[in-house]
Amino acid sequence: MQKYSIFNLVKNAFSNHQNWDLAWKDPTPKEEYDVVIIGGGGHGLATAYYLAKEHNITKVAIIEKGWIGGGNVGRNTTIIRSNYMHDENGLFSEFGMDLWRKMSQDLNYNVMFSPRGIINLAHSDAQMNAYARRGNSMRLNGIDAVLLNREQVKEIIPMADFSDNVRFPIFGGLMQPSAGTARHDAVAWGYARQADSMGVDIIQNCEVIGFDVSAGKINGIRTSRGNIKAKKVGLCVAGSTNILAEKLNMTLPIETHLLQACVSEPIKPVLDNVVTFGAGHFYVSQSDKGEMVMGGDLDGYNSYAQRGNLPTLQHVLTEGIAMMPFLSKLKMLRTWGGIMDMSMDGSPIIDKTHIEGLYLNCGWCYGGFKATPASGWTFAHTIAQDRVHELNAGYSLNRFSTGHLIDEKGLGTKTWIS
Amino acid sequence: MLYINCPHCGMRSQNEFSYGGDASVKRPELNKEVSDQEWDSFVYNRKSLRGKHLELWQHISGCRQWIKVERDTATHEIFRTFKADEEVA
Repeated sequence: MQKYSIFNLVKNAFSNHQNWDLAWKDPTPKEEYDVVIIGGGGHGLATAYYLAKEHNITKVAIIEKGWIGGGNVGRNTTIIRSNYMHDENGLFSEFGMDLWRKMSQDLNYNVMFSPRGIINLAHSDAQMNAYARRGNSMRLNGIDAVLLNREQVKEIIPMADFSDNVRFPIFGGLMQPSAGTARHDAVAWGYARQADSMGVDIIQNCEVIGFDVSAGKINGIRTSRGNIKAKKVGLCVAGSTNILAEKLNMTLPIETHLLQACVSEPIKPVLDNVVTFGAGHFYVSQSDKGEMVMGGDLDGYNSYAQRGNLPTLQHVLTEGIAMMPFLSKLKMLRTWGGIMDMSMDGSPIIDKTHIEGLYLNCGWCYGGFKATPASGWTFAHTIAQDRVHELNAGYSLNRFSTGHLIDEKGLGTKTWIS
Repeated sequence: MLYINCPHCGMRSQNEFSYGGDASVKRPELNKEVSDQEWDSFVYNRKSLRGKHLELWQHISGCRQWIKVERDTATHEIFRTFKADEEVA
């Protein structure tokens, strides 16, 4: 593989950048693989990469219905954080933070990781107490957390509404300084390029239409480009999880919902951090291009549409304007939607299934992007060793029947309760 | 914007409604031994169909009645609406 470096950049400049190698190949599916990963998004690509890198399993195919990185890894708001209270989520995400910090070097691809800090705003004394508790839990798990009072928040984000007569005054906030953002597409492309260079076949425009299961064991998959035999199959398909589960006669604690995001026109640098509104569900950061990147609630009903409706967008942006009134002066540049695999407790599932050789990675709700490296790493471990790693032991499929839910914020599918 | 034809009030915008999830889920019968598996399925497991989906909505800013709506989850087209106790063929 051609290394991306300043020297290669200069060298290729002499040929007008016409002779760069393709970042990944376009192979035809082989008859058989050791592992087939269904879903060429961030998690699937990361899984294939860590299978090759950590477990030396390279007879791997990624099967993608569309093009790689065209789903949620290309549609998210690029936030990376590990500000969780529960041990399962905190330790898992903090492990991921370590991978994020090394990612650009590791992948030889600039993912533009920018640890600019995230601030969750508090709007009542009770919320400050809750944040103090969460911050303490985070610090016990080795995650950085700083409780900010109103004045400290004002120093960092003076453009927020600190006037006295607002419905939700800012009391303070909880900050994770090491959280941040990254260039989402680069993450998918970086993993794809490295996985490909280690022998993984990235097969695009290939839809899975069925599974070959006999005697409780997976033997392969049927696709629009022919049958493929596989010893092990990993499902990494986010919002399409239920569609594939139905072909396996599985009913999962997952519903597919619509989540929108939007960006404003680009403006000069104004916001250094990621900021979330504490009296609703709204978050904002500023991209390197200057756009304000914003998002919030689900549209609230089951959907596979990948495009949203205006009432939710209006609701979300109303919260944004309550938090930072200057946002009302900006023009909207783009809005888009993606389909989320919403689990019933708001936490993901990375586990084996009742079918031997079939592994499940789903339920990422609002937080799939930041989990990309940790999800790929632990899913690769689960597939390669045929047992879960201690980092994803809590993300079991049967926790719903045994009662071991991880209800971090109660943010599952049931938005109408909140 | 979705427009939902409330069987009690007529055509109203989605702003007046609150979503209640899959309407085909049946609560296990009362006064009967119910296994953990059955409770698990009832509380958590959903088919989340792509295509025609029968679901519950509440006309929360209108008559406050729960209704059933048959809607396409891929196109958002709404085909039919029913009163909560109406049997859907």
